[in-house]
Amino acid sequence: MADEALFLLLHSEMVAGLYRAAEQGEGENGRCITKLENMGFRVGQGLIERFTKDTARFKDELDIMKFICKDFWTTVFKKQIDNLRTNHQGIYVLQDNKFRLLTQMSAGKQYLEHAPKYLAFTCGLIRGGLSNLGIKSIVTAEVSTMPACKFQVMIQKM
Amino acid sequence: MAVCIAVIAKENYPLYIRSVPTENELKFHYTVHTSLDVVDEKISAMGKALVDQRELYLGLLYPTEDYKVYGYVTNSKVKFVMVVDSSNTALRDNEIRSMFRKLHNSYTDIMCNPFYNPGDRIHSKAFDNMVTSMMMQVC
Repeated sequence: MADEALFLLLHSEMVAGLYRAAEQGEGENGRCITKLENMGFRVGQGLIERFTKDTARFKDELDIMKFICKDFWTTVFKKQIDNLRTNHQGIYVLQDNKFRLLTQMSAGKQYLEHAPKYLAFTCGLIRGGLSNLGIKSIVTAEVSTMPACKFQVMIQKM
Repeated sequence: MAVCIAVIAKENYPLYIRSVPTENELKFHYTVHTSLDVVDEKISAMGKALVDQRELYLGLLYPTEDYKVYGYVTNSKVKFVMVVDSSNTALRDNEIRSMFRKLHNSYTDIMCNPFYNPGDRIHSKAFDNMVTSMMMQVC
């Protein structure tokens, strides 16, 4: 359906637009990633509110992470997370072997250094969703081979 | 219909509180505040299987001689508290549930409003109208 392509194109344009604006302005590279992440944060908060409207209450943290991996990821990216690992001490690694926002770019090493820009929004999405569910976290992402990527979620104990 | 409706954030401060007989407002504020304890009790009783743990609707929190207090908690730990006149015995559980659903739907719409910062007081006209429609019958 066309709706998937819409989000992909909008997202690519968002990243490109922010970097263009940064070049004309102060030329600060690090701020763009933060802006993207903050955008994702606010969107994640709203999205989670909508998605959890009809689901039952969550029992614990693991339940919430599983919800993110299955229902949340399916609704946003039309597939589930391929692998969830945890050390049971507040660190979760979500692995997606065919990340939708990267599949259109390349399947090799060509654009590897540009990949993090495209993951920042999704990191914010996860962080915003978790924060609305009552979990403070830090989300980072890394790409070793396109289009697979890993999101690492570190839960902050308050 | 409802006499007082309150939306309480997860840090337990009110995002929205409105009562219909506008004198005696402080009494309703106090009631809602005390009902928060009961809400917390119900949420944390999850391990003991006293209530249906997976449900968002909490049911009757506690009755007093003038009115009854109902609660509902969302997955983002935002609580809705509704105070209903006791003399209105025709109000059934299903109706209360549907009123909470409407509240939840309106709250979700507010969350998705890009001009709304989560944690601010709710000033939305649409939300006001929806709450008024639930409270109007009592003069």
